[in-house]
Amino acid sequence: MSAYILRRLLYALPILFGVNLFTFLLFFGLNSPDDIARMQLGAKYTTTEAIERWKAERGYDKPMFWNPARAGMEKLGDTLFVDKSLRMFTFDFGRAGDGHDIAREIRSRMWPSLAVALPTFVLGLFAAIVFALLLVFFRATVLDFWGVALCVAMMSISSMFYIIGGQWLVSKTWALVPVSGYAGGIDMARFLGLPVLIGVVAGLGAGTRWYRTIFLEEISRDYVRTARAKGLSELAVLFRHVLRNALIPILTGVVVVIPSLFLGSLLMESFFAIPGLGSYTIDAIRSQDFAVVRAMVFIGSVLYIVGLILTDLSYTLADPRIRLG
Amino acid sequence: MNVQPVLLLTDLLVFALILVALALAVRARNHAPSRDAWRRVGRRPAAMGAAVILLVFAVIGFLDSLHYREPLPPAPGEAAAAQPRYSAEVLSVLDALLAPLRLQTEKTYSAPFARQLFQRETIEQPGGGQARIHPRLVYGARHLQPEDSLLADIARRLAWTPLVALAASGLLLLALAAPGARRHPGGLRAAMRRILSGRGTLAWRAVLVVAFLLALLIAAGIALAPHYHILGTDKVGQDVLYLSLKSVRTGLVIGTLTTLIMLPFAISLGIAAGYMGGWVDDAVQYLYTVLNAIPSVLLIAASVLMMQVAIDTHPQWFDTAAQRADARLLALCAILGITSWTGLCRLLRGETLKLRELDYVQAARAFGASTAAILQRHILPNVMHIVLINVVLDFSGLVLAEAVLSYVGIGVDPGTISFGSMINMARTELAREPIVWWSLTSAFIFMFVLVLSANLLADAVRDAFDPGGGR
Repeated sequence: MSAYILRRLLYALPILFGVNLFTFLLFFGLNSPDDIARMQLGAKYTTTEAIERWKAERGYDKPMFWNPARAGMEKLGDTLFVDKSLRMFTFDFGRAGDGHDIAREIRSRMWPSLAVALPTFVLGLFAAIVFALLLVFFRATVLDFWGVALCVAMMSISSMFYIIGGQWLVSKTWALVPVSGYAGGIDMARFLGLPVLIGVVAGLGAGTRWYRTIFLEEISRDYVRTARAKGLSELAVLFRHVLRNALIPILTGVVVVIPSLFLGSLLMESFFAIPGLGSYTIDAIRSQDFAVVRAMVFIGSVLYIVGLILTDLSYTLADPRIRLG
Repeated sequence: MNVQPVLLLTDLLVFALILVALALAVRARNHAPSRDAWRRVGRRPAAMGAAVILLVFAVIGFLDSLHYREPLPPAPGEAAAAQPRYSAEVLSVLDALLAPLRLQTEKTYSAPFARQLFQRETIEQPGGGQARIHPRLVYGARHLQPEDSLLADIARRLAWTPLVALAASGLLLLALAAPGARRHPGGLRAAMRRILSGRGTLAWRAVLVVAFLLALLIAAGIALAPHYHILGTDKVGQDVLYLSLKSVRTGLVIGTLTTLIMLPFAISLGIAAGYMGGWVDDAVQYLYTVLNAIPSVLLIAASVLMMQVAIDTHPQWFDTAAQRADARLLALCAILGITSWTGLCRLLRGETLKLRELDYVQAARAFGASTAAILQRHILPNVMHIVLINVVLDFSGLVLAEAVLSYVGIGVDPGTISFGSMINMARTELAREPIVWWSLTSAFIFMFVLVLSANLLADAVRDAFDPGGGR
């Protein structure tokens, strides 16, 4: 097992290097550091000296891949690519536009993100699977038809309307919880209830429909007929047999997003003013802080690859026939 | 009036898309399996109703894609020049049709069918002194005297609309029944009865019902829109109905052009990787794994930010603001395409891996057919159903994504009217007291109808074309 994990981690390196190179080309190939400097400084002060100073202060005054002014390995080492891009492999992301250390900011901001995203994820998954099993239980009836119709209608509503509508109804009209904000400790529940509820409801339509198709595929198998033939109740068949056998396709889609929960949700955190990584990213996008966006892209890819490895590991737990090696 | 036609980049691609769609439609007509599959789509009432709604949206989007510039009147004291000069403002045929809506702007918010502005203003009274009143609107309901009843006026103007809608759907029924009347006994009357009772080969009754409802709505809009702000006005006094109709094109362009741009890459790389294997397969797999590993929102954010820098630092690339906004829209489509082609590419690779082992492909190879010929003649036609299913399934997701991206600030140009920009402007309005609900509601309804129709049609297409499906 550990040999397998080690090998997967080694496989991940070329992919991360590709991500790194791709983002580097995206950020520095399309626009030269001069363009970015001019953009950040605004039209007023764009003298050549100002641009040079801006670049020197932030370490952008190096060649991209090859520095002929240096000797030996420094020719490759003292370049933008190594300094701004490859260095991220050590989780050193440099400083943001406001001078704060990005890595430290990320470490403190990922917990609020997780506090919203984890309950949303768990409750959303639970609700979707339960509703899907109910629809499958009532399959080919009027209830199933209208349930699926409701799912399609719910999928067709932009998540922003769920957020805006939920804030308006629960916070403004009923005045049950604050509209937005965040606090630690016991107060957290007051602030997190609404975003979690909205997150669950917003994902319910698509989730229910997706799991329903998975269960329907499973329910026409032979073992289900056997289970029914030996006299099990339909509910026992669904929850004990179908659900467990449908775990593999469910895990495929679910486990891969678990590490990415740290990143939070851009929309939720922005609307509810939660100081997590999602709102950090939005702030960086709006203030055009490229260093932060670059760091978030890198972390996002790392978490995604971790998710892929976890998915494979989870298969061995769900299905004893699968051996990794 | 001499106008100067303007061909924006997205217009060009929209026309190309229409041509491609027509060519594919002709092909599907002459190709028995896809004709049967489309028949299966046509038997679903929900799909046919959704198709009618989408057709109306498509017509709106098409009219909004015919752009032109109006000539400027010659400057005073100047003879009419041989070379007329044109306004910098790029208009579309839809703008011309909606001219009353576009030009009748109020000062600020006003509720649907309102006579007065939504906010009080301090007015100098003629006899001296000031008063805080709701001023009358400049255009909305200006024909009404204070004592006139609003409802009576609306009822009077709407009186003829059911007749028009009935007539329109009656004509449609005749047109639908006419081809069947010749082939079947009983003539026109029996053919019409068959359609109305829902016993026809396709779900024409759903088409008629939806067409009647749409005709009713459109007729009501034509009757009322020049005299009222049916959906109210927004913060700067623009008619919300106009904004909603203009948003349709942006949504459609993003939903369709994104796939049009990414399809060539996804198809060629996917089937090449699956068929050739070896280093081609490795390279393509590496490419889409890398792109897949980056969370799509972040990849889009990074790409859009860099595109913004490129556009902002090179103002000389664009003549008019419309061109800049258009280039941005197209770039957004391309960026969304980069992030969304990986899924289709992987599916096509997998399907090609299966197909290449089949007997007829082996036989073609044994006969010495070239790789290109095999890919084109034997592989490509047999993966097209996957492409089609993917295209229709992606559409609604892309329309929804546009709204989110525009909210985050990495969507369309701020000057482009879209659902996202409407929501973005309207989201603080619910916090006002009393609340301004109409912009958000309009954006919600238009978007919901568009996305729901797309989802219903996509479901039917998937069920009809997916051979292993039956889900």
